[in-house]
Amino acid sequence: MSPNVPEKQYTRKDFSSDQEVRWCPGCGDYAILAAMQRILPGLGSTPENTVFISGIGCSSRFPYYMNTYGFHTIHGRAPAIATGLKLANPELDVWVITGDGDGLSIGGNHLLHVLRRNVDLQLLLFNNQIYGLTKGQYSPTSQVGMVTPSSPFGSVDQPVVPARFALGARATFVARSYDTSKRLPETLTDARNHDGAAFVEILQNCPVFNDGVFDLITDRKTGPAYQLWLENGQPMLFGANGEKGLRMNLETLMLEVVTVGEDGVTEADIVVHDETNPSLAWMLTDLPGVVALGVLYRQPGPVYNESVARQRELAKERFGTPDLEALLREGHTWTVT
Amino acid sequence: METSAAARVHPTPRETLDSVVIRFAGDSGDGMQLTGSQFTTATAAAGNDLATFPDFPAEIRAPAGTTYGVSGFQIHFAAHDIRTPGDAPDVLVAMNPAALKVNIDALKRGGLLVVNTGAFNKNNLAKAGYEESPLDDGSLDPFRILAIDITKMTLESVKGLGLGSKDAQRCKNMWTLGLMYWLYGRDRRSTVEWLEEKFAKNPKVAEANVAALNAGHIYGENAELPSGIGAYEVPAAKLEPGEYRNISGNEATAWGLVTGAKLAGIEIVYGSYPITPASNLLHNLARLKQFGVTTFQAEDEIAAVSAAVGASFGGAIGVTGTSGPGVALKSEAIGLAIATELPLVIVDVQRGGPSTGLPTKTEQSDLFQAVWGRNGDAPLAVLAAATPGDCFYMAVEAVRIALKYMTPVMLLTDGYLANGAEPWHLPDIDALESFPVEFHREPEGFRPFSRDKETLARVWAIPGTPGLEHRIGGLEKQQDTGHISYDPENHHMMTKLRAAKVQRIAKDFPQASIDQGDARGDMLVVGWGSTYGAISQAVRSLRERGHKVSHLHLRNIWPLPTGLGDLLRSFGSVLVPELNNGQLVKLLRAEYLVDAESLTKIAGQPFRIAELVEAVEDRLNRSLQ
Repeated sequence: MSPNVPEKQYTRKDFSSDQEVRWCPGCGDYAILAAMQRILPGLGSTPENTVFISGIGCSSRFPYYMNTYGFHTIHGRAPAIATGLKLANPELDVWVITGDGDGLSIGGNHLLHVLRRNVDLQLLLFNNQIYGLTKGQYSPTSQVGMVTPSSPFGSVDQPVVPARFALGARATFVARSYDTSKRLPETLTDARNHDGAAFVEILQNCPVFNDGVFDLITDRKTGPAYQLWLENGQPMLFGANGEKGLRMNLETLMLEVVTVGEDGVTEADIVVHDETNPSLAWMLTDLPGVVALGVLYRQPGPVYNESVARQRELAKERFGTPDLEALLREGHTWTVT
Repeated sequence: METSAAARVHPTPRETLDSVVIRFAGDSGDGMQLTGSQFTTATAAAGNDLATFPDFPAEIRAPAGTTYGVSGFQIHFAAHDIRTPGDAPDVLVAMNPAALKVNIDALKRGGLLVVNTGAFNKNNLAKAGYEESPLDDGSLDPFRILAIDITKMTLESVKGLGLGSKDAQRCKNMWTLGLMYWLYGRDRRSTVEWLEEKFAKNPKVAEANVAALNAGHIYGENAELPSGIGAYEVPAAKLEPGEYRNISGNEATAWGLVTGAKLAGIEIVYGSYPITPASNLLHNLARLKQFGVTTFQAEDEIAAVSAAVGASFGGAIGVTGTSGPGVALKSEAIGLAIATELPLVIVDVQRGGPSTGLPTKTEQSDLFQAVWGRNGDAPLAVLAAATPGDCFYMAVEAVRIALKYMTPVMLLTDGYLANGAEPWHLPDIDALESFPVEFHREPEGFRPFSRDKETLARVWAIPGTPGLEHRIGGLEKQQDTGHISYDPENHHMMTKLRAAKVQRIAKDFPQASIDQGDARGDMLVVGWGSTYGAISQAVRSLRERGHKVSHLHLRNIWPLPTGLGDLLRSFGSVLVPELNNGQLVKLLRAEYLVDAESLTKIAGQPFRIAELVEAVEDRLNRSLQ
């Protein structure tokens, strides 16, 4: 069976299941679901070769709403289950859906290892900086001082930066977007087209427990001032009129926000995005006063499931047709007459 | 392949013995496990029946000379059928004072003690806690002693081969082995070949080891041994005709898993995280990629089982192997496989617990964990292997049951089976019945939780199959459709259904039957797992003494085999010996309301035959009073 070669032209409807969606009204997850259902037909995906695997949490209900294969697993373990699935059938197009709690708290270890192994799948981390399904406790991405039922005096935990975690794990693809972004389909498509583990952090609004936490970034009016959309090979400019940009401060060895045309800054001073540069990607994960969106880092490397398959093929070449009788006789045997 | 006739290497008249138990003991760096396994290979070639018991510390290289760094290897070989590594050794080889100290109490009175006097210096004596050398204080008088400066002899034998003093000293285990080969008339060839292969890249070391081996042998031929010590012969045992090899439990389990998958026509994904004493299951499977085996050394125990569950979802047989602490970590994922009704095999090579417990010591204390150890009412099938060779058949059975009933199956072995070895009559692979897997392919009327009427197994529809797209998960499912359901009656029904499915497996197991003895009598001894050999020999000897005792051995722990209750009730009393604080006994009492009595040993060591015989006789005598 050849993978993902559609015999018919699929539509968004073919990827939508008959299950009633049960997220809260206004939840950012709806927009992500819609983006996913919209892009898959255009990617040559087929429902039968596509699998969504999730852990536990609001985001992890996602597979139920896709008319593909799906596995709603246990808390934090989706990356490990997805790895096993890819080992059993590397032809499948596997998407892992996780959240800030599922992926970075209880499942942090598995996220680390699926990224460093570079298993060929997409990991979408819906980051709403809160525990939704357990009713509003602070999460590993919540800001210090956040008051929640489990932190009545404010959270004292330092938050993790998801994209930085992914780079630290040596992920080969790291991207960021937000739930209602018009460019989310484009980022998801980039992730899907990457060979290896593609990590996408999606800033997602929780209207019940953490409403508006990303408003400055995602609001149509204020957003442009805070959104830096990365284009490989292009200068990193942003702002309502593209007047702001990132310049390399050679004294601090850090990126700083500057305005073109002020203080003698010209467009030539603006750093050009190179998505294969891990040092640049590292700085882009956590910028002062602006959020980098799009592909922060993309540098293909050896794909885990392919390396595993190659070793199996080599073993077959080297040892020939497997023979159980011969295996049992390996080493020393003797005959009793 | 060779014939079984023991090679006669020396013309000295040899005293014929029926059986011998030898324990090799030394520092964990002295190579005692290698010495033991080489002696085992040579003994198998001599046609004896045999059983071995390696006993080593958890420390890789404990400080030299200390008692907690002592590593031992016991081998029992005989001219007749045997089933255990023997109770007390007839021969103790002690390479240093610590090894003597730890093991001397076990040696039979009048037994042969071979000591390396070269290691009995002041420093080593002090480390072992001896104020005075036991070689001089008369405390060893009850034994026949062969005191040799093995260190010195070894150094002389490898002189001129250009080895440093440290490397030269390392050959002393081979010198000792050479002497033991001479004493018991074993052929050196297999060890010479093994040394040449092992040190192929370092011929100097190979040569030195062979020289030491030969020197030890020549010492035996020429030295005037103290009176009472001579050369011995243990004639070949009358084993069933056929082809044999030595096998350890972990090898047998690995090969059984591969064979099971082949009989099912399916590939294996084995997820594992290294843990004593299960690690060499992973090692054994990792080199069998050509058999369609994918091994995954996961980041932790949870990822290991999760990957196996993911693989089963994808249409392979997911397998994970571990020991007790690992099973504890895997519980939630095993529950997921139960809820989603996916096949899964979990191998638990048990060790002493709780917590980290006794990593290198054997115990049977995971029975409760296997049968009940998950949140919710979460039934699965539990099998237990009885001998190292039985691990092969039980691994095949675990794969068969998992696939036929779409259920996780836990296979219990233990450290004693995993590392112990026995001669194994090779099976005829072609004669094993295949059980090919059929995936569901028909989209018409497909419902992911529709079931086979007989087995209650749900259909297995795997990703990649057009028209069968569906979602599964750990939330309760509606019967048949598999949709999420919070309906109270549905949950009640699904819980009963999952339990009934696992109980149906009993129909697939052999009926409960008596292993040895009559179907009624004064006492039934019920065992499970690796205690098989000791209980079997004990019951044999009790019956020879005229006791009306029978032995029943459980290989199917859950569900229990049909007819078991009737058998238990056919005896005056039921005794359940276990290497735990009484687990199977509680299961039997709960299931059958029988007054079964527990006999426990929780010492990290297997039962000795004598202690079982004594315990049974005590109870029989008590009931007469």
